[in-house]
Amino acid sequence: MNLELSHLSRRFTDFAALKDVSLTVAPGEFIALLGPSGSGKTTLLRILAGLDYPDSGSVLRDGEDFLAIHTRERRVGLVFQHYALFRHLTVTENIAFGLRVRPWRSRPARAEVRERVERLLKRVQLEGLGGRYPAQLSGGQCQRVALARALAVEPDLLLLDEPFGALDAQVRVTLRRWLRELHEELKLTTLFVTHDQEEALELADRIVVMNNGRIEQVGSPEIIYQQPATPFVCEFIGKANRLTLRRDGNHFSAAEWTLPGDPWGGRHAQAVAYVRPEHLSLAVPASQPVPASQPAWTARLRHIYLAGSVAHLELHVAAFDQTLEADVASEDLARLDLQPGSLLRVAPRSAVVFPLDDHSGDAVAGDRWAWHDSERKEPGRLRSCR
Amino acid sequence: MRRHVLPGFGISLGYALTYLGLIVLLPLAALAWKASGIGVAGLLHLLSSPRTLAALRLSFGGALLAAAVNAVIGLLVAWVLVRYRFPGRRLFDALVDLPFALPTAVAGIALTTLYAPNGWLGGWLATWSIKVAYAPLGVLLAMVFVGFPFVVRTLQPVLESLDRDVEDAAESLGARRWQTFVRVILPMLAPTLLTGFALALARAVGEYGSVIFIAGNIPMRSEIAPLLIVQKLEQFDYAGAAALGVVMLLFSFVLLVVVALLQRWSVRWTESGR
Repeated sequence: MNLELSHLSRRFTDFAALKDVSLTVAPGEFIALLGPSGSGKTTLLRILAGLDYPDSGSVLRDGEDFLAIHTRERRVGLVFQHYALFRHLTVTENIAFGLRVRPWRSRPARAEVRERVERLLKRVQLEGLGGRYPAQLSGGQCQRVALARALAVEPDLLLLDEPFGALDAQVRVTLRRWLRELHEELKLTTLFVTHDQEEALELADRIVVMNNGRIEQVGSPEIIYQQPATPFVCEFIGKANRLTLRRDGNHFSAAEWTLPGDPWGGRHAQAVAYVRPEHLSLAVPASQPVPASQPAWTARLRHIYLAGSVAHLELHVAAFDQTLEADVASEDLARLDLQPGSLLRVAPRSAVVFPLDDHSGDAVAGDRWAWHDSERKEPGRLRSCR
Repeated sequence: MRRHVLPGFGISLGYALTYLGLIVLLPLAALAWKASGIGVAGLLHLLSSPRTLAALRLSFGGALLAAAVNAVIGLLVAWVLVRYRFPGRRLFDALVDLPFALPTAVAGIALTTLYAPNGWLGGWLATWSIKVAYAPLGVLLAMVFVGFPFVVRTLQPVLESLDRDVEDAAESLGARRWQTFVRVILPMLAPTLLTGFALALARAVGEYGSVIFIAGNIPMRSEIAPLLIVQKLEQFDYAGAAALGVVMLLFSFVLLVVVALLQRWSVRWTESGR
C-alpha cells in the first residue's frame, strides 16, 4: 500500500498544527514521526486514522482519495499511548471487538472469530490470558492486547501513537524489539509517533523529524544522526555543542580553532557549528607542547558524569566562555587520569555548520556544510581518546 | 497488628457506627417497635386493603418508572453538558440543581399550576384528552422532577473522565456510532448510571411535598403511600402508620439491594470486581 501525503495543513483555533506537510510512504515501510510535543506529529497520525481532517492538502492511497474514506472503512489499526482498551471486556472480547461489530453479512462465524483471537493471542505472546480483564494486566501486556486488537481487523496500515510512552524503561526496550520483529514478519506499513529519539533511531526504516508543524528532515536513522539537515535536527537528535564562528578572511574561526575555507564565498560574516560530544578530541596534559599549526582550545574539566559505559565531561573553554560537553569511553577516563579541575586541549573532529544570515541572525538551513577533520590539509591531528 | 498510614481507625470507626446508629438505626428501630403494636392480624388487614395496595403500587411503580425516565434523560443532559460547549452552558448546568434547592411544596404548586386543566400546558394537553394534574401521570411527573438532578450529578464527573481514545479506537475498529455507544460507552457508565437510578428511586419513593399537590389524591387512583401514612397519623392510628412505614422501608430496602447487586455485576471488570 502506497501512501502519498501532499501539502497537508491543519489549523486549530490558536495555532497551526501542520504547515504544508508532504510525505510519501512506501509499502511495508516502518516510519517514525519524531518531534517535540506540539510539533504536529499526533495531528498527522490522527488525520491518517480519520479522526481529524486537514484544512487543505490531500492523502492518496494507491491513487485513491484516502480522506474521503470513513474511519470505519480505512482499514487502519490504531494503537494509543494509554492502550485505550475496553476495560469492561476481557482480553478475548477486546481482540474480537473489531470482528463482532461488523455487519452480520461480513461478520466471521463464531468459531472463526475464536480461532483468529487464539492465533493473535499467540502472536502477541499472551496465550492463556484471554479471560482476563485489562485491569488485571501489566502495562506491557495491555499494549500487546491493544496491538492484537488492531491487527484483528487485518489493517493495511498500522498507526501507533507513542506506543511505549506509558511503559517503564525495561519493558519499553523489550517491547520495541519485539515490535520490530513483528514488523519484519508481517511487513505491515507502520507509522508511529514518538518523542523519544532513541526509539525512533532504533526502530524505524525512516525517520520524519517534525517541528512546529513542519517536516525538518526525512531520512534513514543513520542520515538523520550523521547528517542532520537543519539546526533543529542537530539540537533535537542526540546532543550537540553549539559554537558561534566568525569569518576571518577566507576561513571561519572560534578563538584558536579555525575551520579551513569558506564555502559561502564571503557572503556570511558569522556561522554556527554543531559538534557532537563524541566528536570532540581531547589531549592531556594541556601543558604538553602543541605545534602552532594545531588549532585547539584550552579547557578546564569541570565535572565528570559517569553514565555506565560512557562518561560525559563538562569542559569550560575560557577563550569564549562556554561550557562544552564531550563524551569519552569510561575505560579511557582512568587511562587519561582525568580529574575535575585538570586542564586539557580540545578540538572538534567534525561539525555541521550553518551560516548565519547577516540581517536576521537566523541560521540558513539550506546552506549546510558538513565538515570533517579529514578535510584539513595539515596532518597535525589531536590524539583521539576513542 | 497492621500499621496504617493514617492513624485513628478505631476512633473513626466507632464514631461512624455511633453516628449511623443514632441518626439512622435508632429511629428505624423505634419505627419497627411502634409498628409491632398492630400485631400480625392488623398487618395482614392493612396489607389486604385494596386502597393500601393501590397506594403502594403507585408509590413504587411510579418511583421505578420515574427513576428509569431520569436515567435516560439524565444521561442525555449530562452528556450534552459534558461533551458540548455552547453559550449558556454554565447557566443550564446550574439550573439542573434547582429541584434540589426548591422546597418541594413550591415545586408541587408550580407543577400543578402548569398542568392543571386550566393551566398553560394542562389546558393544551386537555385538548388531546391527556390528564396530568390530579392523575397518576402527575405523580410520575413530580417524581421525575425531584429525582432529576441525581442522575445528572452522579454521571457528570464520570463522563468527564471517560477516555476519548476508547471511542476513537472503537470507531477505527469499524464500530458504528450506536455500536460504540451501546458496546463501549454504556457498559462503562452502567455502575454510575445505576447509582443515579438508585438515588432517584429512593428520592421518588420518599417524596411527599410536591406529589400531594399535583396528585389530587383520589383514593385507589392517585393516592401515594406516604399520604396514607399521614392520614393514619391524623386519625391517631400511630401503629398503623408505623406499620405502613415499615412495609415501605422493606420494599425500598429490597429494591436498593437489587440495584446494588446489579451494580456489583456491572463492575465485574474492575480490579476490585473479582
